[in-house]
Amino acid sequence: MDKFRMMFQFLQSNQESFMNGICGIMALASAQMYSAFEFSCPCMPEYNYTYGIGLLIVPPIWFFLLGFVLNNNVSVLAEEWKRPTGKRTKDPTILRYMFCSITQRSLIAPAVWVSVTLMDGKSFICAFSINLNIDRFGNTSLLKGMSETEKLRLLARIPCKDLFENQELRVAATRYIKCISQACGWMLLLMMTFTAFLIRAIRPCFTQAAFLKTKYWSHYIDIERKMFDETCKEHAKSFAKVCIQQYFENISGHMQSFHHHHHNGDSDSEDEDKGKSEEDKLLGIRAQDDMNKVLWNWHTCKPPLALKKHHLDDEKE
Amino acid sequence: MERLKLVLQYFQSNSESISNGICIILALVSVKLYTSFDFNCPCLPQYNKIYSLGVMIVPPIILFFLGILVNRHTGVMMDEWMRPVGNRSKNPAVVKYLFSAMLQRALLAPMVWILVTLLDGKIFICAFSVSVDPALFTGLDILKIMAKVPCKEDVIFRNSSFRKAVSRYVRCHSQAVGWSILLFLIALGALGRLIKPCFDDHATFLQTRYWSNYLDVEQKLFDETCILHARDFARKCVVQFFEDVREDSILHLPHPVFITKFREEWEDEEEQLHGITKQEQVDQLFQKWYYNKPELDVTRIAHRPRACGVGWLTLHRGHGARPHRLIKTCK
Repeated sequence: MDKFRMMFQFLQSNQESFMNGICGIMALASAQMYSAFEFSCPCMPEYNYTYGIGLLIVPPIWFFLLGFVLNNNVSVLAEEWKRPTGKRTKDPTILRYMFCSITQRSLIAPAVWVSVTLMDGKSFICAFSINLNIDRFGNTSLLKGMSETEKLRLLARIPCKDLFENQELRVAATRYIKCISQACGWMLLLMMTFTAFLIRAIRPCFTQAAFLKTKYWSHYIDIERKMFDETCKEHAKSFAKVCIQQYFENISGHMQSFHHHHHNGDSDSEDEDKGKSEEDKLLGIRAQDDMNKVLWNWHTCKPPLALKKHHLDDEKE
Repeated sequence: MERLKLVLQYFQSNSESISNGICIILALVSVKLYTSFDFNCPCLPQYNKIYSLGVMIVPPIILFFLGILVNRHTGVMMDEWMRPVGNRSKNPAVVKYLFSAMLQRALLAPMVWILVTLLDGKIFICAFSVSVDPALFTGLDILKIMAKVPCKEDVIFRNSSFRKAVSRYVRCHSQAVGWSILLFLIALGALGRLIKPCFDDHATFLQTRYWSNYLDVEQKLFDETCILHARDFARKCVVQFFEDVREDSILHLPHPVFITKFREEWEDEEEQLHGITKQEQVDQLFQKWYYNKPELDVTRIAHRPRACGVGWLTLHRGHGARPHRLIKTCK
């Protein structure tokens, strides 16, 4: 429990850390999902390819979209993109920067899924077993005399251990395809890492000043939105407080005139300060009926959303 | 738990420690990656070598690039190298120091991978089983069969003593190569450490190290200051926006006598309201916020005279009205 708390505290220390944390969690979730998923190749020539390649491509698309959904900055980006220009000009570089950073983070979980799938090899074995030239893997005398469709059906059964009789042939063919799949996986990883290296390490050579500016303003937009929401919340709280105060004032004013009560803050009674403050808190409502009326009116006749501005001149009279 | 915290604190104490920590983590990741990777020798004469050498070489290259990417000093070094001279002269020694530090750290994880593969031996067995002279062992002498040595399940090796003998032989070579490389690297490191003071001027080295650390700290502080500034800027911009939306200046007044107790709270609340006190005003505020965002200029509010006491100030308005404003004035 303690460990989790520490980790959360570290991740929430700033927005970037938090986003990186989410990104990391999604990557782990992607790897875990793959290992929990039970891959079961259909072992039929018509469906093998679709199943194999579908499993390689569809979950990454899903993770990519999930990355966009979980990223808070997407709505900030959309808002900044769609807003009318007004008094503040729009800077397309900021939009590009925000979009790039969101996309980079969303691409990590799909990349993890694709890498893990390729390293494991099952997807390739399922998809490409029918394309194999089976002769070089061993004794293929059993294939002689088979028609094309029968041959294809036999080859399609290679991914399934229980359906293919010649184990030696099956293992050799599986190993071969897995080897190709792993080679593709490593090449893909190398390409991605090299691209990331080019972007991050070489970019400062070209546009450093512009980059600093863009980074500052995109961070500013995010913070400004948060500040605006905070200020609105504070405003709403104060508005509500004052509104309710005025409501009580109003209704207590009515009560006073009805009950002929005298409520004088500077009365000559010798109440202690504590007693006085409690009296003040009552806001002039002292009877059950009065309170009931207050509550009833609050529901049936809420005050208008317009705080009164009292005039000093009126008061002086 | 306490120990972990201490370790983390130690590593976060300065940027060099952080870089070292990340470097070690990457090395551990490299070992974990190797153990979880399912090594799958093709057992075919034409592919064995390519596959094995590929697995021995491509992951280290990936880990090397990763090591450069996650190192903070890469950015600092590139900045310092590419920046225009301006008011601050450039010191090539600092760039060289940063580059060599970055390179050393980036090379650790690849070396760990290579050493682990050599000590494990699977890759060598896969790559070089075809090159073993079968006459050294009693048994069959067909090339294809030699290629299948790494594969335990093959039917040819029902009688597996031949296979085991060849595997053992090749693994032995692999481990010898691995240990030699490790010994060489450690000897190189020790020698470098011992001999360096003879060639390098220690004073210059201290200076270079100081200034490279300084550059790193300076960049961190700059980023932090930018963030704080953006926060302040945003707050003032939003407050200025709220105050612009109200139609006329706000009016304060003494409260009805029976709620004198709440005066202080009331003032705070009024201040938070920034003069927006009607539903239409609030609606208009949101409308304006979306359609007509304020320009990025907080000079007005930033240079407002600060106030912090209580008093009355009468503002004379051109049209004859005399609104009063409760402001807090500094003593």
